[in-house]
Amino acid sequence: MSLLTVIYALLFYAATALLAGGLAYKIWVYARTPQPLKIPTTPAPTTRLGVAVRMVKEVTVFESLFKSNKWIWLFGWVFHLCLLVELLWHLRYFTEPVWFFVPLLHWFIVFTGFGMLAGLAGLWARRFLVDRVRYISGPSDHLMLALLVGIAASGLTMKYLVHTDVVALKAFFLGLLYFSWQPLPADPVLLAHLALVSILMMVFPVSKLLHAPGVFFSPTRNQVDNPRERRWTAGWSAEIDNSKIGRPG
Amino acid sequence: MANFETPALREYPVIPLVQEGTMAHSRPFVAKPDIQASVGFPGELVENWEQKAVVKLGELVSQSRALQVFLDSCVKCGACTDKCHYYLGTSDPKNMPVARQDLLRSVYRRYYTFAGKYFPKLVGARDMTKDVLDEWYTYFHQCSQCRRCSVFCPYGIDTAEISMAARDVMDHVGMGQKYSNEIIGKLHKIGNNLGLPEPALRDTLEGLEEDVKDATGVDVKFPVDMKGAEVLLITPSADFFAEPHIDGLIGYAKVFHAAGISWTLSSYASEAANFSMFIGSHDNLHKVAVRIRQAALDLGVKRIVVGECGHAWRVAYSFWNTLIGPFDFLDQNYPVPQHICEFTYDLIQRGALTLDKTANDDKVVTFHDSCNVARASRMGNMPGGQFVIPREIIKACVNNFYDMPADTIGESTFCCGGGGGLLTDDLVELRVKGALPRMQALQQVVDEHGVNYLAAICAICKSQFTKVLPYYKHPMDMIGSVHGLVSNAIVLNAKQ
Repeated sequence: MSLLTVIYALLFYAATALLAGGLAYKIWVYARTPQPLKIPTTPAPTTRLGVAVRMVKEVTVFESLFKSNKWIWLFGWVFHLCLLVELLWHLRYFTEPVWFFVPLLHWFIVFTGFGMLAGLAGLWARRFLVDRVRYISGPSDHLMLALLVGIAASGLTMKYLVHTDVVALKAFFLGLLYFSWQPLPADPVLLAHLALVSILMMVFPVSKLLHAPGVFFSPTRNQVDNPRERRWTAGWSAEIDNSKIGRPG
Repeated sequence: MANFETPALREYPVIPLVQEGTMAHSRPFVAKPDIQASVGFPGELVENWEQKAVVKLGELVSQSRALQVFLDSCVKCGACTDKCHYYLGTSDPKNMPVARQDLLRSVYRRYYTFAGKYFPKLVGARDMTKDVLDEWYTYFHQCSQCRRCSVFCPYGIDTAEISMAARDVMDHVGMGQKYSNEIIGKLHKIGNNLGLPEPALRDTLEGLEEDVKDATGVDVKFPVDMKGAEVLLITPSADFFAEPHIDGLIGYAKVFHAAGISWTLSSYASEAANFSMFIGSHDNLHKVAVRIRQAALDLGVKRIVVGECGHAWRVAYSFWNTLIGPFDFLDQNYPVPQHICEFTYDLIQRGALTLDKTANDDKVVTFHDSCNVARASRMGNMPGGQFVIPREIIKACVNNFYDMPADTIGESTFCCGGGGGLLTDDLVELRVKGALPRMQALQQVVDEHGVNYLAAICAICKSQFTKVLPYYKHPMDMIGSVHGLVSNAIVLNAKQ
């Protein structure tokens, strides 16, 4: 077993633990924190089903962003869609037999790497070209884009220029899953790709990537607009007791 | 006249280029110790205020899922950067919603997040210092909490929530805003924002009865503290005194009269406004609102109807049931509370009012959706009823109605520029500049359709427009109440 394999094996265990543990903690915090008042951005759905529809539209077609700015929407949506397809496509390295729908993605996978890059390039260009967005961009915003561009670029490099031994790679990841470690191919591009991905996993729960779980907990989007029909209380508002007020005698 | 230039209207709306610091000088008067005491806050900057501010901030975040999620989730995509009327009117980048949030987010990050504790430079985290506090005071008093940014944010981040939290933190360390806090203090003491005591209120209302009698020959009553009335009307106290608000009040009274529904005002709860929302103070929010529950019980009414006021309708519609409910002692056949527009619209639908549109033929009308009504409440039983119902009332009362451009009304409506506790003379430059997007849209319907009447259903909007319309070369009396139009059109005793 090479030192490299050991390092990467441990790296991925650590990254997975931090991602899963960190996200679980954050989700627990969001779920546990009360929302004392009703604050949906109206017009808002008046039923739970309506809220579910609003949320599905928000996370699949980025409805609010579409209303807001067509360029950000285009770049952001293309990037996220391509990222999703790539993530699903990468399941083939972690599942045996490969889940049924994964091979169907090979029609799309021709575009998605470039799609990710194009989307990221558009978003990054805005950080330089649009003065308002330049003003609000901090070092971490640029680093996050650099990280994602690095992941996409190293992936595309392996796909089209410097192939890696995908059979051995799959054996490595299945080995991690079943605690029977297998050697990792020592290709520099692959090592870079994996290192960047593990960094992304580790920073996820302590960075703005928390927008992913956050959107589901956003009260302006997930609350039902029915404050008159149903009395809402939570947190400090649940401690209000009006029973002593105003009753004659 | 203040020392600034009114922004020029363009042929088309323009997103301005960033100009740093253009509004760094704008800050409202700080509340004096006696005012602070009247709302339960320390009178001046407390010892150890840095630490206390940080602790208070942590406490607020732990009590609010909204803050918890909003402070973590922003990705700096820039979608909100051109959505705030104050940015559009001032070009100051700290008036971009994301930048305004970051004033507070940077402090939250520094003390409460891993990245901010260990990599502050990377994520723009800052220590709580006097400079930061001053910046908060300056720019969190340039947010009218209109929620326009929250419509366009992909995660629904609402800068209003953040500016309320910032103001609450500032109040807790002794740096309150004079305008809002003085008004809340007056309400606690007397029962309304104006500090209008009961005898003066009765006087005013008697005067109104005479005026209406003179004008129409009909005995329209303006009852106060009438036990056993069907409806308790809770309306902004500006309706008792200010123009054009008072025309709205006359309109409500005529509607009640025509419908034959007994109603009353309360001298104890003579205010719909609740400025405690603007300063994010839960205790004051409850304390102000609970007077209404008390009044409703004391007077034995069956229904509560709320007059034309934007943030008051948000508090009433969205918060009252939570704050001062349950309303099991009121008639459940009607919504609790009910907006005066819902009330009037319902009567129009049932054919209970006779309206003569020609009485308003001198007017070409447009309607300004007030932000808190548009984006923080509802009317009727379908989403968006808050846009339909006031317009239907107007159309039932006038022959000439034209909407402003679609991206400036409805959920995208632009704030009047004076909401959120900013309707004070010490912020007049901000108010004039912040009104630019609305004035731009108004100018378009003035040019295209000859609009000469801007109808609104918010006391703050009405006062704000009265002040800023002249800066944009419109007459100040161009602004009016929706129920002012109803008042003109309604035919009293038509069935006799």
